[in-house]
Amino acid sequence: MARNPDAVVIGAGIVGAACADALARDGMRVLVLDESFAGSGTTAAGMGHLVVMDDSPPQLALTAYSTRLWERLAHELPQNVEHEPSGTLWVAEDDDQLGAVYEKQRVYAEHGVAADVLSPAEVARAEPYLRPGLAGALHVPGDAVIYPPNGARALMARAAGNGASLREGVRVDAIGAREVIAGSERISCEYVINAAGAQVPRLTPGVPIVPRKGHLVITDRYPGFCHHQLVELGYLTSAHTMTTESVAFNVQPRATGQLLIGSSRELVGWDASINRAIVRKMLDRALDFMPALSSTSTIRTWTGFRPATPDKLPLIGPWDATPGLWIAAGHEGLGITTSLGTGQLLADLLAGRDTAIDAAPFSPARLHAGVGAH
Amino acid sequence: MAHAAVRSEVNITVNDKLVRVTAGTTVASALLNLGISSFRHSVSGEPRAPLCGMGVCFECRVTIDSRAHQRSCLVPVAEGMKVVTASDA
Amino acid sequence: MTPHVSADAEIVVVDVAVIGAGPGGIAAATCAAERGQRVVVVDRGLNAGGQIWRHVSGGHIPRVAERWIARFDRSGAKWIGGASVVDAHCAASGFVLLVDASARAISIQASSIILATGARELFIPFEGWTLPGVMGIGGAQALLKSGASFAGKRVVIAGSGPLMLPVAAAMSRAGARLVLVAEQASRSAVVRFAATLWKTPSILAQAAQYRVRFLSASYSTGTWVSAAHGFGRLDSVTVTDGRRARRELADFLCTGYGLVPNVELARLLGCDTREGAIVVDARQRTTVARVLAVGEATGIGGAPLAITEGEIAGMTVGRESNLPPALARRRAVLKTAARRMLDAFAPRVELRSLPKAHTIVCRCEDVSYEAVRDAACARQAKLYTRAGMGPCQGRTCMPGLEFLLAWQPDTVRSPLEPTPVSVLSSDVAESGTPTYSINTSAGEACQ
Repeated sequence: MARNPDAVVIGAGIVGAACADALARDGMRVLVLDESFAGSGTTAAGMGHLVVMDDSPPQLALTAYSTRLWERLAHELPQNVEHEPSGTLWVAEDDDQLGAVYEKQRVYAEHGVAADVLSPAEVARAEPYLRPGLAGALHVPGDAVIYPPNGARALMARAAGNGASLREGVRVDAIGAREVIAGSERISCEYVINAAGAQVPRLTPGVPIVPRKGHLVITDRYPGFCHHQLVELGYLTSAHTMTTESVAFNVQPRATGQLLIGSSRELVGWDASINRAIVRKMLDRALDFMPALSSTSTIRTWTGFRPATPDKLPLIGPWDATPGLWIAAGHEGLGITTSLGTGQLLADLLAGRDTAIDAAPFSPARLHAGVGAH
Repeated sequence: MAHAAVRSEVNITVNDKLVRVTAGTTVASALLNLGISSFRHSVSGEPRAPLCGMGVCFECRVTIDSRAHQRSCLVPVAEGMKVVTASDA
Repeated sequence: MTPHVSADAEIVVVDVAVIGAGPGGIAAATCAAERGQRVVVVDRGLNAGGQIWRHVSGGHIPRVAERWIARFDRSGAKWIGGASVVDAHCAASGFVLLVDASARAISIQASSIILATGARELFIPFEGWTLPGVMGIGGAQALLKSGASFAGKRVVIAGSGPLMLPVAAAMSRAGARLVLVAEQASRSAVVRFAATLWKTPSILAQAAQYRVRFLSASYSTGTWVSAAHGFGRLDSVTVTDGRRARRELADFLCTGYGLVPNVELARLLGCDTREGAIVVDARQRTTVARVLAVGEATGIGGAPLAITEGEIAGMTVGRESNLPPALARRRAVLKTAARRMLDAFAPRVELRSLPKAHTIVCRCEDVSYEAVRDAACARQAKLYTRAGMGPCQGRTCMPGLEFLLAWQPDTVRSPLEPTPVSVLSSDVAESGTPTYSINTSAGEACQ
């Protein structure tokens, strides 16, 4: 890049890539820096679901907005992004949960998100391998699944089409006022976007993002075993409560026919090793809902770190302590889903435009109690 | 160790056809001896057959007694076994 | 008959767990058990012998194998066949190994581990290599030994290293029409290597024996197969010496470019590796306390070396303070011979141009060479293309890609082999009391 970039985006994960895409579309000169390669961090570890979630009204607004953006983009995505409009079934185990399902449907409807309630017989027809005796499910047809590393690459490619450039293998050492320092290089710019996910605090101390570890297991190919993304209602509780550890049933069919089995949450710092006890609990929970998984062949297990914030909402906006610094991070388990919404909100805020949804709940200032020394 | 002069045989079905194969051989060997060259299809549809012979490459996978993804080079033939090849296995 | 661990055993507590029942594992287990250690051996096969001593029940095996297996049967060691270690970790009580025994979970608790995990074939992808009828050299040997017939078939053997000779001999004995044995190493490299064989008479005798067996077949040096052809299955191959190429009709092509040590379990346990092999000292100890390793996994060197190392390891865990000097000498001589062999038969640089742009390099996921060759590292290729992310977990494609593109191996994680959810979710190790303990000592009749 001959002249200085207008914006430097730190992190070429799905969120960084979406920000670069949106800013480049606005005509900004964008430079993206990634310490490894695009889509290699938390993005590579995630399930890739595009899902509407209603833990809180702002979360519902952001996920609904963002899934609609994905729907519009779907037909343009390259084949290797493997966009599958599989929809989600939120599974209810008993009548109490069924009540929650009806409530969820109502809330989704208020946000224009289509969802229908399935009876036990309809659930069994939709997903024959779910155990009998369930109370029903909420079917959300607009939800989908992508393959995240290639999703990040696709967004970076779009950004590049609008003049953005990507430098991989570059580790940023510090963020200054309207500048980024990497090794002996000082890159001056108007805006720095810290989209480094769970690593944001390394460069911007004081940002309350912590790594929330998750495990996943993937099986060999079993085409036709599962058609929708399947989630238990308890997933919301697991995601919401910052306890030491929790597991929740979440199975996703990949385009390949492989089954991705999750989910788990732990706060153990940056220890990436596989925790066998948690994997067992997670698999046991999955077997509760889909006993037939028992004989499926598992090929791989891995861990990833979700960037988690105290109020479960991401940071999208300026970080007042440093001139020119913006944060786009803290999406916990919804990074893939909300990447597009995040990118667009960021671009709108930077340009001073009205945002499609209220951006105040995501303002970093809400968490930056007291501007000043850091 | 005694070297058996005459090897006994067992009956198995391969793709619904009943065949007699030598006891003690692996399913992969039995299938090769039956002249089967395509054990399974790859993800892009190519026919595939055993490569490594020792359970490492997974190319010899067939469905045995309704269990998919079985490495036929590791499984000895058994009386009444049902083998299905060139499916999604 | 080696006593099998009983069918309903879930937890096995031993002094020594030996992983792999090839020559190295059998020798190690035997020597440890004869010295009073409680030993269990885990192997994928249904019979002891690993790859090189593989046999069908009641089938033929070499004399040396017969003797060792008989001694193993008498030693008091127990064994679990049809089984693979899928996970391993260190607990307060020692090592805990999760074993998938034909879809059943078994937990082995062991104070020491001897890794005898052997090696697999190095494949370099080339045009047409995915055709049915193309198999490894070790692959052909394994299939032959497990009952496959090649009688009357036209067979081409092409690749690298002395392994081709016994396989060619076995094929001949089995009635195959051996069209060609093509060694990629140059004539001068082979001649130089052959000249050093006088230093190890046992190997020289073997080599002479094999050469005699198939005098009728054509043996070419500096020659390799650059392509396989056929519709739905192999019918011919292109043979080249780098200058001229010709076609040969073939029903089977047996090809491979040497052996790759199986070090996945070693790496999961944290053992150091160098040049792809487990690092060990003169007593076969790895860099992790109470983990030893023997045989091909510590460096390709053949069965006699594996047996010697197995004896050393068995004595080490059996608390033998003094090793017989003859054993150490034999090890040194065989290791030197092994080094000479690896140097002589190293894949030549021309083989780097074997794969074409459209050649499939990852057979599990059908990923082409052009899709991966620009990746900076194995991990990037895996994430972007899925190469190496299929059930073989990269064992078939990655060594070849590491040769072609100078990649480093990626991290190793459990499960070490595909295993059912039922095994991975099993809490067999948590249930406390072992359901099976090995109590026999050396010399007692086995249960």
